[in-house]
Formats: sequence, structure tokens, C-alpha cells
Amino acid sequence: MLLELADVSLCYGRIRALHGISLIVEEGEIVALIGANGAGKSTTMRAISGLRPLSGGAVRFDSTDISRLRADLRVIRGIVQVPEGRGVFPGMTVAENLAMGAYARRDQAAIRDDLEKVFVLLPRLLERKGQAGGTLSGGEQQMLAVGRALMSRPRLLLLDEPSMGLAPMIIQQIFEIIEEINRQGTTILLVEQNAQQALSRAHRAYVLETGRIVQSGTGKELLDDSAVKEAYLGVA
Amino acid sequence: MHFHSLFQNFGELTVTGLAQGAIYALFALGYTMVYGVLRLINFAHSEVFMVGTFAAVLTWGLFGLDQDSATPSVGAVLLLLLAGFLAAALAAGIMALIVEMVAYRPLRRRNAPPLVFLITAIGASTVISEAVGIGTHRNVSSVPPLIRPSTVVQIGNTSVTNIQILIVGLALVMMVVLDLFIGKTRLGRGVRAVAQDPDSAALMGVNKNRVISLVFLTGGLMAGIAAVMYLLKIGGTRYDAGFHLGIKAFTAAVLGGIGNLRGALLGGLALGLAENYGSGLFGTQWRDVVAFVLLVVILLFRPTGILGESMGRARA
Repeated sequence: MLLELADVSLCYGRIRALHGISLIVEEGEIVALIGANGAGKSTTMRAISGLRPLSGGAVRFDSTDISRLRADLRVIRGIVQVPEGRGVFPGMTVAENLAMGAYARRDQAAIRDDLEKVFVLLPRLLERKGQAGGTLSGGEQQMLAVGRALMSRPRLLLLDEPSMGLAPMIIQQIFEIIEEINRQGTTILLVEQNAQQALSRAHRAYVLETGRIVQSGTGKELLDDSAVKEAYLGVA
Repeated sequence: MHFHSLFQNFGELTVTGLAQGAIYALFALGYTMVYGVLRLINFAHSEVFMVGTFAAVLTWGLFGLDQDSATPSVGAVLLLLLAGFLAAALAAGIMALIVEMVAYRPLRRRNAPPLVFLITAIGASTVISEAVGIGTHRNVSSVPPLIRPSTVVQIGNTSVTNIQILIVGLALVMMVVLDLFIGKTRLGRGVRAVAQDPDSAALMGVNKNRVISLVFLTGGLMAGIAAVMYLLKIGGTRYDAGFHLGIKAFTAAVLGGIGNLRGALLGGLALGLAENYGSGLFGTQWRDVVAFVLLVVILLFRPTGILGESMGRARA
């Protein structure tokens, strides 16, 4: 098992956002985390990437406890998060943003190879290479954020709402890219409000409600589940 | 108003203004970089500068020089200048690092609100300046006569001295070096990343505390160099030398657009020129009035300063 959350809880001041979350991600999987606004999806991501300290429980990566490890050191271990809202550096060019993805690496030759791979996977970034990140369209920014994350050679890629604010056609395209990244060997944990897309692409999924996991199963099982259908897929 | 005197001395006023402005600009970098990364006004930066002035005076003292010494030979002067710049830059850089470690880092770890940082900044500033004040009995420490001001270039009634050329030239070189460092290197990218989006930077593997230390160190080094320029120009220093000049340098940073490196240069030069033209026009006693009226007027029309903030946006 690549990632394990064991009874993780997390508080913002006095407000408890996560009440004992337990989940696992196996090597090679796409796992989706779905739920309504405020269910704690992004908070779970922050707990995994280390942007927020836990108030209880443990995060284990590759069977090592990383609960107290700083966020920048988790990147070196292979956990890379594409944050909600993409977190593209607005004042840096596309090329500089991509270089930021390789910030913690020193293997120059391999970095150049990876940059070429990113340009093959996301040709739009090559066209926009010299343009400032802040001037890209939403879809292009999402591609840049994903490409940048790939530049750090993640073993586990955390994607927080990759479809947020994008047109349906672009969403389709982004999810195809995500599947391709997974086929090339990167494990993916995905947070989505777009439950339809997420469940149909994911191997397994968890449903989060007010900081608790209320259901889990394969993507297909959850797609067919009547409670999930009603709550998240807009089908009665 | 003495329009006649302004026109008569326009060249002279421009040259002194540029030299004064170059010192403001280097001094302002520390304020602007720390603000760009932490959104914090490091009021103790004025004391970082002051410590730099004393480090140079002490170093020259170690070579057995004081204000009564004769001017050494050219070779010796070059060595002494180099030693002075190095000592001042190092001392100021280390002082800045200490301020960050002692006064700010523990507060960041506890997520203290911004006002608390302001209080510790004022506290750190007072502690350093008073400690030096007590240690030096609040006396002025004078500088050995390393460079006798002499006119190198003469155009009409405008003369440019060797010290002015050294100050402006060195300041420009340092600005270019810093601009390249922030704009082109991996570490510089890390600094800009933290300035633009600290969380995102951490998710790229950037150690935020290391970047913050780097920023304080760099700002301190620049203030140390400005400190030696100040000594060459004024001839001495005191425990409170940083205070007034610090306010001016901070003004220069805001004028140019705080958080913006090139803004610090532009703001520093603009402030130096305005002060000198102002004192030419109204008399020297009006120099600070003119400087701050200019600040208010520019901020009325451009609240983010001449260039706006830019370690956050565009290229720093």
C-alpha cells in the first residue's frame, strides 16, 4: 500500500474539519474522493501533502509515518499536490513554472527529459512557453499545474478539483490526461465535485460527508449506488 | 523660492541627489524584499544598516586607522575599502539573519497576527540601537580619511567627485547582480515562488524558512554596502544613524512600489533627486518636507508606488 490515512483528524482553530478519516491508496491506482462543498475533501489533501498539521491519527507513505514531516520534504519523497485553484505562479512564465516543479531535483539531464515528456503530453504548454502563468486560460493553467507537478517525478499525484471552473470539453480533456499519466505509472488520488467524471475514471472511490468517510467501493459500484446517485449525480 | 539657485546649481544638485538616492536604493532593498516575501515591514532593518557602519569603522580601526591618520597609499586604500565593504556586508547580513531567527521566526511558528510582528520589529530595533548606544557611550565614531573627495569630472559648473562615482557605480552594479540573481537563478525562482504563492511553493519542495533566511541575508548584505557608502559620504556614524536614513529608505521602497526590486532603485533615485531639488528651491531646511510631500502626492495617484509590487507579479 502506497498511502494510508489512519484515523486522521484535523482542526482549523476550534472547528474540527476531519473526524477520523481512514483510507488507503494502492500503487498504480486512481482513487477518487467525492463529496459536497465543505465535506473536507481539500482538507484531506492538505493533511496528506503536509500543508496543515494533523490533530490526530497518522499519514503513512510507503509504510513510513510522515505525519510530522514538512510539506517540502514530502515532495522529495514523491507526494506532489496540485492545489485547488491550481496555484500557478502568476508572475512566472510557463517555462519558469515548470522549472519550479523540478526545484528540489538536481539531476539536470533527467529534468530535461522530463520536460520534453511534459511537452509531449501537454503540447499546449510548449506553445505558451514564454507566456506569464497568470495570462493563461483556466484550462491551460490546469494543464500547467499538472505538468509542473509531473516535473517533480511524483509517485503519488494529488489532484484537488482539477475540473473546477472549466468548460465540459476541457474537463473531458483534463481527465483523459489524468488517465494517461496513470497509465504511465503514477498513482493518483483525486478530489472532485464532478462525481460522474471522477467515478467513471477511478478504480476506487471514497465518499466524504462532514469530515467522515461514509461510503467506499469501486468507481462502478458507487456510480450504481442509489444513495450516491441521489446525492452526487443528480439522478433520483 | 529660489528658482535662480535651482537652475544655477541644477547639475550639482542632480549629482548629489543621485549619490544620496543610490544609498537609499541599496538600503531600501532589504525592506522591499522582506515585504515581498513576508508582507512584513522589518523596522529593525535600519539597525542592520547601523551595525554595518560600525563593522566597517571597527575593521579600519583594527588596521590602526582613525580619523587623524594620514591618507594611506592608493593600494592600501583599495584593500581597506574592500575590507570595509566585506566586514560591513557580512556584519549587516548576519545581524539581519539574527533578527529574523530571534524576532520573527518563533512568531511565524505560532501563527501570530501581523500586528505582533510590528511590535517585535520595533522592539528589535530599539534593543539593537540602544545596545550599540550604550556600548559606544553614544559618541560619534569617525572614519579615517580613506578617500579625499576630489573632482574627477567637470561639466560647466557641475563637478562630480570620485566618491560620488564610486557610490553610484557600485550601487548600480549591486542592483544588476541582485536583479539577475532573483530573475535568473534557481534560488531566485524559489524566492519569487514564495512571494507569489507560499503554499504552492511548499508543494514544489521549496523550504520556506530557508528562502526567508536568504532574503534577510541578501537585504542585510546590501544594507552593509550602503553603510560603507554612507560612511565615505558623511565621514562618521552613531548608534542612531540608521533611524532617519531608514525612514528615507523605507519611503524610497514605498515610492517605487514595495515588493519590487527595480522599484527600490527608482524610488531611491527619485527621492534623492527630489530632496536635493527641493532644498535648492526652498532651502535645505525644507528637504524632508519636500521628500514626504512628494511621497504623498505620488501615492495619491499611484497607491502601489511608481512600479507597483512585482516580486509577486511579472519579473522582479
